[in-house]
Amino acid sequence: MNGGHDLGGMHGFGPINAEPEAEEPVFHAEWEKRVFGLLRAVGALRQWNGDMSRHARERQHPVDYLRHSYYENWLAGLEKLLVEKELVTAEELLSGKASQPADEDVLKHLLRAEKVADAVIHGSSAAMPADASPRFRPGDRVRALNRHPAGHTREPRYVRGRAGVVHEHYGAHVFPDLSAEGVRVGRHLYCVRFEASELWGENADGNSAVYVDLWDDYLEPV
Amino acid sequence: MSEQHHHHDHDHTEPPSDLVLRVKALESLLVEKGLVDPTAIDLLIDAYETKIGPRNGARVVAHAWADPVFKEWLLRDATAAIASLGYTGRQGEHMKVVENTPQVHNLVVCTLCSCYPWPVLGLPPVWYKSAPYRSRAVADPRGVLKEFGMPLCDDVEIRVWDSTSEVRFLVLPERPAGTDGWSEEQLAALVTRNAMIGVEQAKSPQEVAEAS
Repeated sequence: MNGGHDLGGMHGFGPINAEPEAEEPVFHAEWEKRVFGLLRAVGALRQWNGDMSRHARERQHPVDYLRHSYYENWLAGLEKLLVEKELVTAEELLSGKASQPADEDVLKHLLRAEKVADAVIHGSSAAMPADASPRFRPGDRVRALNRHPAGHTREPRYVRGRAGVVHEHYGAHVFPDLSAEGVRVGRHLYCVRFEASELWGENADGNSAVYVDLWDDYLEPV
Repeated sequence: MSEQHHHHDHDHTEPPSDLVLRVKALESLLVEKGLVDPTAIDLLIDAYETKIGPRNGARVVAHAWADPVFKEWLLRDATAAIASLGYTGRQGEHMKVVENTPQVHNLVVCTLCSCYPWPVLGLPPVWYKSAPYRSRAVADPRGVLKEFGMPLCDDVEIRVWDSTSEVRFLVLPERPAGTDGWSEEQLAALVTRNAMIGVEQAKSPQEVAEAS
């Protein structure tokens, strides 16, 4: 979707003003820690995947997305998914009090304290087989399709319609556009190099290139 | 502990913000429903505050500087090479390491959200997740680097890696001059988080000496 999250190439946000590395804490407030922990713990219940999580944050009004701090966006996405996936009701969210017990099937996956150490060191691979064989090889010229799906996508606006060269074929990975809708299929994934001049025309930063990971469905041969 | 105590005092002197109340209410609701174990949340926070951070990545870089066989492996199959040092987990399942040279400088961003290699760098700093960085890194990388105090000549090619898939990128900075014969521990002290994102160079021995 063309939401408030797709920021590559936008103007007007001003300087970065990075906090010095040695002085920056991991979290800036106690509530940020709790939001981080809650999202990880609720995520372990397996009621949604990472693409749904990202999409829930993206589906906010663009003004809200840009106004919120990072963990406020996490919180907004978490609340949205909790209600949509019926883990809590909108009334419970408002009152902070449970009015009905949680589903036993959901509770089976509860992340218990003794399982945290294991959960932290074990990720989950996005690699999975695809039905089709890869259409492109490293060195092939490709164009990112000019597409504007209303749902979740990982094809940023700034590459749409632009031509580049396949740098690497990663194999097949879960396709995010469908994964966000609850359909888990593998599609070939490539890293594509775009010259800055192709992306930004006369305003390009000379002698630079951007590498973007793009799925087969986002590409056409040139 | 002391931090919790501090926070407790803070709550008495100022009314908590709506946001603080909202998060507290959400956590107590989820605990009441049995959907989260509050001790598990404490442990998750602790893991990312005290165990999983950029010192892990610095050890990977130092090892690559010291051992050419490991470096070759790291550049060819970063996921396996990094796992061999014990750094695995969420947001590090598919790793790529990109090498800086005198001709090429690499910079990592996630324009669509905040993708970042947690097992080697921990959780991202605020600026990495901010709109100014996400918007400018791909369109004005030289300007971004200048803002970080790292002006680059026009003849150095900048490669920006936009993390749009589950692949995560780590920059292998150039090994600073004057570090021949240094131990991996000494080398790791030169490797900053920002150097592994690509917004600065590794520290020189002089910089470290001046700081200490």
